[in-house]
Order: sequence, then C-alpha cells, then structure tokens
Amino acid sequence: MRFVDEYRDKDSAARFADLLQRITTRPWTIMEICGGQTHTIVKYGIESLLPPAITLVHGPGCPVCVTPLEMIDKAIAIASQPDVILTSFGDMLRVPGSQKDLLTVKAEMGNVRMVYSPLDALKIAQENPKKRVVFFGVGFETTAPANAMAVWQARRMGVKNFSLLCSHVLVPPAMEAILSSPSNHVQGFLAAGHVCAIMGYEEYIPLASRYAIPIVVTGFEPLDLLQGIAMTVKQLEEGRHEVENQYTRAVRQEGNVRARRLLQEVFTVSDRAWRGIGIIPSSGFELREEYAAFDAARVFEVGTIAAQESPLCIAGQILQGWKKPYDCSAFGHQCTPEHPLGAPMVSSEGSCAAYYHYRRRQGTPAATP
Amino acid sequence: MCLAIPGKVLSIDQGGTPLMADVSFGGISKKVCLEWLPDVREGEYVIVHVGFAISKVDEEEALETLRLFQEIGDFEEGDMKPPDGPAPKDGE
Ligand code: SF4
Repeated sequence: MRFVDEYRDKDSAARFADLLQRITTRPWTIMEICGGQTHTIVKYGIESLLPPAITLVHGPGCPVCVTPLEMIDKAIAIASQPDVILTSFGDMLRVPGSQKDLLTVKAEMGNVRMVYSPLDALKIAQENPKKRVVFFGVGFETTAPANAMAVWQARRMGVKNFSLLCSHVLVPPAMEAILSSPSNHVQGFLAAGHVCAIMGYEEYIPLASRYAIPIVVTGFEPLDLLQGIAMTVKQLEEGRHEVENQYTRAVRQEGNVRARRLLQEVFTVSDRAWRGIGIIPSSGFELREEYAAFDAARVFEVGTIAAQESPLCIAGQILQGWKKPYDCSAFGHQCTPEHPLGAPMVSSEGSCAAYYHYRRRQGTPAATP
Repeated sequence: MCLAIPGKVLSIDQGGTPLMADVSFGGISKKVCLEWLPDVREGEYVIVHVGFAISKVDEEEALETLRLFQEIGDFEEGDMKPPDGPAPKDGE
C-alpha cells in the first residue's frame, strides 16, 4: 500500500539502528504517547534495534485503556434500558465493566451494535425512529471531531433520538501530568502524529520549554518511529529541548483548522477522570449546553456508579511509564486477552495486549497466545 | 482505535453535507467524510480515521522523508553538532 510499505524498509531500519548506536552516549528514557505507536514498536521489535541505553516506555495513549470503569458501567446501564440501541467501536464493546461487558449485553438483549464510524450510529438512529440510539464515543483529539460531527449533524437534521455518551480525553494535559509527577523519569516524548494532524503542535511548544523536554511529533510506521526516536536522542545528546515534526507528510503546525473549529462549536474543555491515573484538570471534552439534548449522560438518568478495579492490576503505573506489562504479576497468568483484568489487556492498542501478542521481551511470562 | 490509514480519493460526492467521498485502501473502497479537507482532489491521498479524512498526505514531504531515510549516514555526519552548536536541520 502506498505511503505505508515505503516506511517499513528493512535496510533503512538497519541504518537507523546503526545511527542510534553511534549517537547515543548516555541512558535515555523516551515515552511514545499513542497506543498505535506502542503497537508498532512491539509488533516490529523496534526496541531490539535500539542501543541498550535507550528505554522506551509506553504512554497513556490508548483511549479504551483510560476510559474509567464507571463510564463502561454507565454505558452498560444505558444499554440495559428499554428501546435503546447502544453503538460503539468494536474495542469498546470488549472492555469488561465491573459485572459484564457490552458484548454480553449484546448477547442478552441484542441491542448493542458495533460501528465503524459515528456517522453510522447516526444513520442507525434515522433508520430506527422508535429507538433511542446512543453512541458511546471515546477517544483522543483524533476521534473527537468525528463524534462532534455526528452530534452537529443530528442537531442540524433534528434527529432527536440520537445521543452521545462522551468520554473524550486530551493528550497535552496528560503529558503535563506525567511530567509534573515526582516519580517521572521520561526525558523525551514522541507525540502522537494523528492527534497532531487535528490539533497541530503549537500546544507542545510551552510544554517543551517549561519542562526542558524534547517533543517530536511522530508517525506510526516502523521507520517513522525510528526516525522520531533518532531525532529525540539527537536533541537529548545535544542538550536541546524543542518541538520537532517527523511526520511532515501528514502534520502541519496549525493542524486541521476546520476540524478544530467544529470541536470548539460542539465541545467545551472539562476535568476528566483517566482510568488508573485519576482526575486530570482540563483534560477532556464534554458537550456544550446547546447540545445538552444530545448528551446521553444528561438524557439518561443512570446516577453515579462506583466501580472496583482488580487489586492485581497495575495499569495506572504502566500508563504513566513507571512500569512495563511484564512487571505485573497477573500478566499472562490471571490476565490474558481472553480474560482481561484491566483495560490495557483488552484493547489491541493497550500495552499489555501488545506485549502479550508479540512477546518481544525475552523472559516475559506470556503464555502461548 | 487511533488507527488512521492512508487511502486514495477515487471520487467526491459534490454538494452533500457533510461532504463525502469514495476512498480506496489498497483496492477496497469506503465512504469517507471529506468535510475537514474540502480542497482535496480526486487521485490525492488522505489519512482516514473512523470514516473521516483528517489530513492530506503531502507527497513532496513524503518523498523528502524517504530521501532522508536513504541518506541517514550523511545526515548524521553532516548534522551532528556539539551541545551548544547551531540547531541541525533534520526532520524540518
Ligand atoms: S497485565 Fe492485566 S492486570 Fe496486569 S497491568 Fe496489564 S491489564 Fe492490568
């Protein structure tokens, strides 16, 4: 496939490995933010190409992983009401709530549907005027404009039986939370290229200078990641801390202005709870007052739900880069993709599932998948 | 879930709201919302996430990145600077 295959070339990867060997003189810890990047790193064995002095830690950038358990329970409570069709992306349906997951509700009540796009959910609402159709919308800045568009369209066309259960999180506040923690040891960031395709990277400039940390906007193919790592290491070795863009073929500094405008129109920034991390100030989107009629959290009275996490799961420490999946005692034993204890094992972009599937690290206690 | 992949715009449905297009992903065609990128033409490549084109692939930049991959050796020798030297120009 064009613009994909070229970025997987083995010879170039070997040259990057060689370059990194030569330029690295000290130990550095670099965090990739996005779960999609974690997936590529583990799948293609990127870590095995790096000098031992470079440690990659995996960030909180898997939206499914950071969606609070309470939110999943809320979605299940809504799906269990009469005349409701609950829709979401496939990954979201598999995440266990405290009692069950949405796939179980689907099997029991037959009213949960997987969709590819939030516009498909809107279409289901138009085709089923007697049902209340809810789209469970999670995601970072990459996905938020799509969900905004579905709500905007619903209001424009008067589709009154459509609503959004919205659990949107924002990347820069999470990076700031990680950097300001006393336990932080991240020295450089690979910023998520697709988040920046929407938002641009102006927001990262003050972060890079305040915390004296290099931030390199990076793509998702193996060579993108190797180049992003090389650019970060180069900055670290030279004592620089700038925002650089590796993913120039897709990311402009200002992002996508039209998508950002719709985000502004539909959402307002609010505090948000991140699973495993807790509340991060101004780190999420919620629907504006004008869209209250399309806000499932307000339309459906489900009250506050308190949920209990598995005491074995150390997802919070993994999502902040303090621990790796193989540090978890449940990894590969009590916790597997078939029987996940925590969200990073459920989502294909979660670091626990990525480690489990590809078993990159020797000595990991992963069972045969 | 944040998966976004490049596809080639085959045809654009003019005049609709939101603006939609047929986009091919290695031969498989899908309807994609083009509302964020109204200036994209047929034949160009866009990066698509959950049914929305979020960014146009800049072919010149893509070629430039590939050229850099070929020249990694030179880019190191030519560009490495001491900590207080002028900023290198890679990846710009
Ligand atoms: S392996 Fe399972 S239990 Fe352990 S941190 Fe990952 S998701 Fe949680």
